[in-house]
Amino acid sequence: MKPTSPLRRLACAGALAVATALGASTPLPAEAQQTRQLTLCWAAWDPANALVELSRDFTQRSGIQMRFEFVPWPNFADRMLNELNSRGRLCDLMIGDSQWIGGAAENGHYVKLNDFFQREGIRMDDFLPAAVYAYSTWPKGSPNYWALPAMGDALGWTYRRDWFARPDLRAAFRDRFNRDLEAPRTWTELRQVAEFFQNREIDGRRVYGAAIFTERGSEGITMGATAALYAWGFRYDDPQRPYQMNGFVNSPQAVEALEFYRDLFRCCTPPGYTNSYMQEGLDAFKSGQVAMQMNWFAFFPGLYRDQNVGGDRIGFFVNPRQHVDASTLGGQGISVVSYSPNREAALQYIRWFATPDVQRRWWALGGYSVHRAVLEDPGFAQSAPFAADFLRAMSSVQDFWQEPAYAALLIAMQRRLHDYVVAGQGTARQALDLLIQDWTRTFREEGRL
Amino acid sequence: MANGLATSHSVVDPRPGTRAVAGILVLLYAMISMLPLLWIGLTSIKSPPDSIAYPPKLLFQPTLEGYCNLFTTRTRQTPDYIASLPPPSGLCERIVREQNMVVAGPSNFAPRFWNSIVVAFGSTFCAVALGTFAAYGFSRFRVPLKDDLLFFILSTRMMPPIAVAIPIFLMYRQLGLSDTRLGLILLYTAVNVSLAVWLLKGFIDEIPREYEDAAMIDGYTRLQAFIKVVLPQASTGIAATAIFCLIFAWNEYAFAVLLTSGQAQTAPPFIPIIIGEGGQDWPAVAAGTTLFLIPIVGFTILLRRQLLRGITFGAVRK
Amino acid sequence: MADTLVRSVATATPETLARRLRGLSDRALAWLFITPTIVLLLAINIFPLIWTIQLSFTNYRANRPNAPLRDVGLLHYQDILTSTDVWAAMQVTAHFVLWSIVIETLLGFALAWAIDRRFRGHGVLTTLILLPMMLSPAVVGNFWTFLYQPQIGLFNSLVGFVAGIHPSSFQMLGDVRLSPWAIIVVDAWMWTPYVMLICLAGLRSIPHDIYEAAEVDRASKWRQFWTITLPMALPFIMLAVLFRAIENFKMFDMVNLLTGGGPGNVTEVVSITLKRQAFEAWRTGYSSALAIILFVTVFGLASIYVQALNRVKQR
Repeated sequence: MKPTSPLRRLACAGALAVATALGASTPLPAEAQQTRQLTLCWAAWDPANALVELSRDFTQRSGIQMRFEFVPWPNFADRMLNELNSRGRLCDLMIGDSQWIGGAAENGHYVKLNDFFQREGIRMDDFLPAAVYAYSTWPKGSPNYWALPAMGDALGWTYRRDWFARPDLRAAFRDRFNRDLEAPRTWTELRQVAEFFQNREIDGRRVYGAAIFTERGSEGITMGATAALYAWGFRYDDPQRPYQMNGFVNSPQAVEALEFYRDLFRCCTPPGYTNSYMQEGLDAFKSGQVAMQMNWFAFFPGLYRDQNVGGDRIGFFVNPRQHVDASTLGGQGISVVSYSPNREAALQYIRWFATPDVQRRWWALGGYSVHRAVLEDPGFAQSAPFAADFLRAMSSVQDFWQEPAYAALLIAMQRRLHDYVVAGQGTARQALDLLIQDWTRTFREEGRL
Repeated sequence: MANGLATSHSVVDPRPGTRAVAGILVLLYAMISMLPLLWIGLTSIKSPPDSIAYPPKLLFQPTLEGYCNLFTTRTRQTPDYIASLPPPSGLCERIVREQNMVVAGPSNFAPRFWNSIVVAFGSTFCAVALGTFAAYGFSRFRVPLKDDLLFFILSTRMMPPIAVAIPIFLMYRQLGLSDTRLGLILLYTAVNVSLAVWLLKGFIDEIPREYEDAAMIDGYTRLQAFIKVVLPQASTGIAATAIFCLIFAWNEYAFAVLLTSGQAQTAPPFIPIIIGEGGQDWPAVAAGTTLFLIPIVGFTILLRRQLLRGITFGAVRK
Repeated sequence: MADTLVRSVATATPETLARRLRGLSDRALAWLFITPTIVLLLAINIFPLIWTIQLSFTNYRANRPNAPLRDVGLLHYQDILTSTDVWAAMQVTAHFVLWSIVIETLLGFALAWAIDRRFRGHGVLTTLILLPMMLSPAVVGNFWTFLYQPQIGLFNSLVGFVAGIHPSSFQMLGDVRLSPWAIIVVDAWMWTPYVMLICLAGLRSIPHDIYEAAEVDRASKWRQFWTITLPMALPFIMLAVLFRAIENFKMFDMVNLLTGGGPGNVTEVVSITLKRQAFEAWRTGYSSALAIILFVTVFGLASIYVQALNRVKQR
């Protein structure tokens, strides 16, 4: 009796597959004498597409092909940190998040760039100091550079200028709040505007106040809530005694800010908005569901060009203040991965990227250059409707912890914030107290306390 | 002991009324159960705005944009630039131009899909091969501590995959098996082989030893008897085991996402992160899901009788 | 048939190989067959398990391989057993496992019973019902976030249509009370067919004659069900429950992609906690301890259950 044909077919297919796998499972062939290809890893978002476009210039000049590995933001940190920790050789260049600097520097993932900068005459003074501090240095503020500032970013807001301009809406708003309907400058004003638009019928559809960050998995709600926290004057620890957080993380202002954020979430956001980050905000704004949206400046060029909500219909405003001016810092620096076999070519890319001409073109294509030649150009503030706001934001940015243990700190904050803001468990004070407990434990494990 | 499924019934001539009611209930369940799958199929041929329309659209203009988006990377250009380009060369190029975008290159879907095929079929083949040999060994020979060994083999399946992944991650990092197909094949084989041994032992136990004894009396070695007598008889069981192993390896996510990256990544970690210009590109995700379903469904339908027998034996044994 | 078969075997094997293989004794062959599997399992399952146990007593962090390694004894175990977060996760997991099994068993058995009536087209319908099982749980979890969206999703629209409420009036994924049920619904959708198949096998294993004897004794259909069908199918049902319980206890992909453990942590099953500690916070020692605790738990519970199952089978 012959074996049944599915069995035989299965056996043959399997043997073939195994043979192929064994043959094909060797890693990418080690570089030849001349590197012909570089792989750059970043997040998958608008600026990445702009970088693809920009890099054609590099390929033309150097003959090196660029390959890109883009991962969406919610999965970016997970995937890339895993890659770095397993000493993967996939990425030659990495545009990693600013919070990874500590870990990457101390664990040897990034190449230290001081010698290279000196050799090539690249001066950190040519870049915005806040950007250099946040994206390049570790320990913070010391002249040890692990990345070239590549993409400046901060959390800003967009709003429907066309709706704000409607006479009937303006009249109704004035009646209700005794002031004009315009881009809010404080969080109190923002809440009023959001409340005004919540559940209002515009053009036959129900709209909502604001799209804010509430994402649980990666960093969404932390980025969103800190926009409020910083505006109330939030500090992570005692300026005189580092890592002492009691009285700062759970200060009365912090509690008030967090309660405000939760209140805003409950009163004035679209239904089902319990796990939303950049993409969901863009979706909501572009489909005309919300009057205002919190999102990274990185998306503003694309939004301005949008057919449905761009051009005259969109307006921008910097993160409102409450006690102080503050914006949540985003942005990344570009680094060379130390496990890459193509180090020289990667450094070539960085040298090319750092030139003022390329930086100017970077801004023109939609990337946020932080080179002073671009930012201090007198025409910069007028070059785009959000450029002035961007400058304003970058002058008062605050970042999350950049410690090597930042991931553990972030996980704790994500959990405590989401528990309180979205799931409604406990009070704001309790959430912040528990957060201090979590962070204290982490710092103890790290030997900082 | 269960005979062929065709002969034993559990009722004596059910009344036609009962049959009809039963039929209607099952039909209802099948329809409700199919709805999400149908919706996935429908979404794969919607345009992105249609897929996120509210309320959900039942009638729409079908398009292949989802499938095109699945296989390509695109960049947005200004209408003037697009007008200046030569006429579109393919269907996808044409569809994409209508959205003011141009195709910038192929996406990573096809390589990931291929990785899935290689890893899933490779590991299934290995697991079934090793499992068949081991099952025969356990079945026919006196192995010390046989029952304990068998239960222990099975208990290795009780750890959450994340738990298994922790030391494997460290091990692979040392051995350079991170992000390789070989590494993933080894891991899937190891996870599947325990189930394979367990199932196949049941099937092989069913085969009377007389056939092999007869063969050996006639002068053949045990190995020859195994290959030419036992294997064909166990082919149903082997096919059933292969299906189970294939389903596991094909759909596996946790190991793939933790132990692979740009080179050896399979399809399951890739499909949920396909994003378009704002939010997830649901038509592309749906297209990917549909395409990813097809091989496994094909195999299942082809071997459904074996699958049924496999479950029976899995249940009857022990 | 066996004659021609063995004859063909004899003629097919080349002479030299045949002579060598004839030399292999039974014992050698047995070890030859079993050893590759044992070696593979030792390398990929057992050795890592031992390594995990070792790691659980240290403060190792996989993202700091060069940091000094310290032995911390039972500290991690202490932390875990007294941690409210871990207990919360175990509760969430238990709730998930319990209710998904209840629903899947009831539905699955009912379906199996109905299919066993052998109405026309039952083969086709069976194959159709099997389809959800064939999908990747991760892809399913991701896609159901789409289906569960209050405004654009199919689920809310259907439920709203059937129950007469506005689709946006409830959110499966965002509501603290509903999201544990959201994951149960998806799991039931995927795995009820699996339970159904096993129950079907059980139902079909009951010999015809017993029913005939019962008919002769004029036992009612209802009585037949309770005294024959259910008891004889019980081992199979229990087996299905065992398999599903083990799988759902380990569940990671589907829940992670569907809710990410949210909102808050009301759907954070214990695998998600493990993943966060192991591969996001990189607390390798701590998560190794948690892994061991989970393994022991499942193993212990499964052993107890299997003993009960065997006793049911003896009956």
